[in-house]
Amino acid sequence: MSKMHIKMTVNGQKKELLSEPRQLLIHVLREELGLTGPHIGCETSHCGACTVEMNGKSVKSCTVFAAQADGAEVTTIEGLGNPDGLHVLQEMFKEHHGLQCGFCTPGMITRAHRLLQENPNPTEEEVRFGMAGNLCRCTGYQNIVKAILAAAAEMNSAKEAAQ
Amino acid sequence: MKDFDDREERVGKLKGLGCARKRVEDARFTQGKGNYVDDVKLPGMLFGDFVRSPYAHARIKSIDATAALELPGVIAVLTAEDLKPLNLHWMPTLAGDKQMVLADGKVLFQGQEVAFVVAEDRYIAADAIELVEVDYEDLPVIVDPFEALTTDVVLREDLDTSEPGAHGPRKHHNHIFLWEEGDKTATEQAIESSEVVAEEMVYYHRTHPCPLETCGCVASMDKVNGKLTLWGTFQAPHVVRTVASLLSGIAEHDIRVISPDIGGGFGNKVGVYPGYVCAIVASIVTGKPVKWIEDRMDNLMATAFARDYWMKGRISATKEGKITGLHCHVTADHGAFDACADPTKFPAGFFHICTGSYDIPVAYVGVDGVYTNKAPGGVAYRCSFRVTEAAYFIERMIEVLAIELNMDAAELRRINFIRADQFPYHSALGWEYDSGDYHTAWDKALAAVDYEGLRKEQAERVEAFKRGETRTLLGIGLTHFTEIVGAGPVKNCDILGMGMFDSCEIRIHPTGSATARLGTISQGQGHATTFGQILASEIGISSDNITIEEGDTDTAPYGLGTYGSRSTPVAGAAAAMAGRKIRAKAQMIAAYLLEVHDGDLEWDIDRFVVKGAPDRFKTMTEIAYAAYNQAIPGLEPGLEAVSYYDPPNMTYPFGAYICVMEIDVDTGEHKIRQFYALDDCGTRINPMVIEGQVHGGLTEALAIAMGQEIAYDDLGNCKTGTLMDFFLPTAVETPHYTTDHTETPSPHHPIGAKGVGESPNVGGVPAFSNAVHDAFRAFGLRQSHMPHDHWRVWKIAHDLGLHG
Ligand code: FES
Ligand code: FES
Repeated sequence: MSKMHIKMTVNGQKKELLSEPRQLLIHVLREELGLTGPHIGCETSHCGACTVEMNGKSVKSCTVFAAQADGAEVTTIEGLGNPDGLHVLQEMFKEHHGLQCGFCTPGMITRAHRLLQENPNPTEEEVRFGMAGNLCRCTGYQNIVKAILAAAAEMNSAKEAAQ
Repeated sequence: MKDFDDREERVGKLKGLGCARKRVEDARFTQGKGNYVDDVKLPGMLFGDFVRSPYAHARIKSIDATAALELPGVIAVLTAEDLKPLNLHWMPTLAGDKQMVLADGKVLFQGQEVAFVVAEDRYIAADAIELVEVDYEDLPVIVDPFEALTTDVVLREDLDTSEPGAHGPRKHHNHIFLWEEGDKTATEQAIESSEVVAEEMVYYHRTHPCPLETCGCVASMDKVNGKLTLWGTFQAPHVVRTVASLLSGIAEHDIRVISPDIGGGFGNKVGVYPGYVCAIVASIVTGKPVKWIEDRMDNLMATAFARDYWMKGRISATKEGKITGLHCHVTADHGAFDACADPTKFPAGFFHICTGSYDIPVAYVGVDGVYTNKAPGGVAYRCSFRVTEAAYFIERMIEVLAIELNMDAAELRRINFIRADQFPYHSALGWEYDSGDYHTAWDKALAAVDYEGLRKEQAERVEAFKRGETRTLLGIGLTHFTEIVGAGPVKNCDILGMGMFDSCEIRIHPTGSATARLGTISQGQGHATTFGQILASEIGISSDNITIEEGDTDTAPYGLGTYGSRSTPVAGAAAAMAGRKIRAKAQMIAAYLLEVHDGDLEWDIDRFVVKGAPDRFKTMTEIAYAAYNQAIPGLEPGLEAVSYYDPPNMTYPFGAYICVMEIDVDTGEHKIRQFYALDDCGTRINPMVIEGQVHGGLTEALAIAMGQEIAYDDLGNCKTGTLMDFFLPTAVETPHYTTDHTETPSPHHPIGAKGVGESPNVGGVPAFSNAVHDAFRAFGLRQSHMPHDHWRVWKIAHDLGLHG
């Protein structure tokens, strides 16, 4: 199968690669770029384990062709936080026991990150709705919701302090 | 006061037993740096995938792989014919049956593995699967276990069914075993002579553990050194090594099995699946590493279902509600092969815990295992072997009896609970319950939810409904469950002949930190965090300075793995015992250093202190250093210990759960207004982790009770092969839970802990289901089968004439 030349910016770094037109973004991220943070739980867009950010939107990368990401800005869990420390969401997931096996966690945090950009001050109900595309089999969500609300509060007070 | 502060501070630093220590696993998981099996990437690695049967029952006339093999990038296509010379076309199951690795002449369930394609990547493998031509001749399909026992259709032509199976004689060619416990005659007599008898068929439907990560492995045969390395989603890596050795003929020391991070197990990852065998064979044949990762559809259709128990019960009582007897007959649908993951002597697991929390003088259980054209499995989905089925059965029977007696179901439970002074309690079906205080837990739970107030509100709601003022009903779902977890003891629990002990090995390093390795494997339970806490309290070294390792058979001591909530009861006990061995030697070292007799020392948090002279002590750090650097007469250098722990008994965690549910009579929709969960898991190691386990288990229970199902049509087509059809609740459907506890330590466990991971599933399912039933009790509902999805609940209301 002939390959396409694809360019994208992944976690701030420019990447170029050849990909079959049918190749899924999740496979390119995991297998070509070695970014194994996003996981595969279903490949049918139900579980959200493969969630990444593409051009400022949460996408399920198992349902996006790599070709569709040509020219896009992509952020995966590996792109959150920085070398000096964890992102507030990562901290809060740990603090509030928002993960167990960790398989859903990269997708959860990546989705929560986008959710808090869209709605910096969500209610519990808004968090539950906003996270409904991400399944977790271990935690029962209660502590995930708690972690996201705590992260929102933390991010808001940091913002206020900065002003 | 200063002394007190100092001790407080030292206890705090330990981060030992009982504290809500944050998890050490989380740093890597939150950054996407976990290492799950699909993350394993080796040079030259190939990818294997299955051609699966579209038929539930068919003869295979031919398999033609020519076109597939012509596709560039396809390396091999394996069929049963290729495995036959190796005698690997069939494999033994954990239940004493055998199972086809690749279809041998016929297929027995939809999704069965027919051929294994090996290709350079997963896309090519998927293409090649389409090119393998299989010619099937369909056969009559049996999906109903009752029909299976009367039909002429023979499912397992490979067996001589006139001969006894692994668990005794067969009644019919599709019958697997009859397993019985208790006194049948006495039970029947007791029931017949009782004032009140309630009878009901309780069905616990077929479902699936469905962890977020599916099953998979990477097999890598190093032909130069003759060594096989196998990474995989294994809940019992050591058992996998032994089985792989027995099947392949490769010596056990030449096999290394590694369970990397596991994305949830819930029983799904206990068994040995055809994918593992095929990946190993393919790696041996090609000399290259071979990865097999099932997709979600494979997982739901073929890999280890759970439950599917038809439980016919009779329970009797006096007019006052004192239970006099319990009789249960189960028709157990095991699918095409008996591949249940139960200890060998227990083909129905621990189902005979079905007398539950109640003092029932006489009882009988009979379980008939049956073959059908469905996927094999029968795993313990987040429960100890068949305990969830047992708990659901008794908690439904209690509710039905309450209806029969026209009595409050909470009161009926209270009258029949085993009293605290009866422990250790010998049940009519042969168990010895270690400890419990059910009345205290029950009263605490009822008070917490204002039970009387709820009943009043419910009665008012029924009246309002009858007057046409509301269309929602209120259900109060009660459950008091008793679990049985932590198998061994070795004397009656084994898997494929291997006794169900577990193990821990500790090495104290010269600078006073430690590495401990255990025979279990975490799949999200947080072992690296909690085992460190057990050890910290035993050996006086901060859990932050103890590394916990599991899952690599080259380094960890042999153990039977993690399922059936056995990690804390068995491996946790091994950790405590190994810690005590360390402390015993440390005491001798300290005595030498302090120039006193061993007996003049006492242990104090993190040090040995000379009795009566609090200023004279040696800390564990000092002792560790001395162990390696000082010649101590009569003592070997070093500070290490290993313990293989064979538990004297199982542990019996229990709990009281109450679910308050609003049900819309016209749509069948439900809303959980309140869920209160009181758990007693004995000594509590880490309250944060316990609470997390309870939330997760309750959510799995919610899924099972309210919608999750593996369903088949009459032709044996699996109707629930994707997450579109197979219900996993999102954050929206999942309610907020309130957790609570009492603490009744296990008398025989070194630290009194009982295990908790599975309790919420065991207790949660009847709590949700009873809430649905209870909402309609006033309108005459006795029993309606799970899952209670909206349509089924609507149907209950409809059949009761509530839609006018
Ligand atoms: S793997 Fe993409 S949604 Fe499940
Ligand atoms: S932590 Fe295991 S699936 Fe969410």
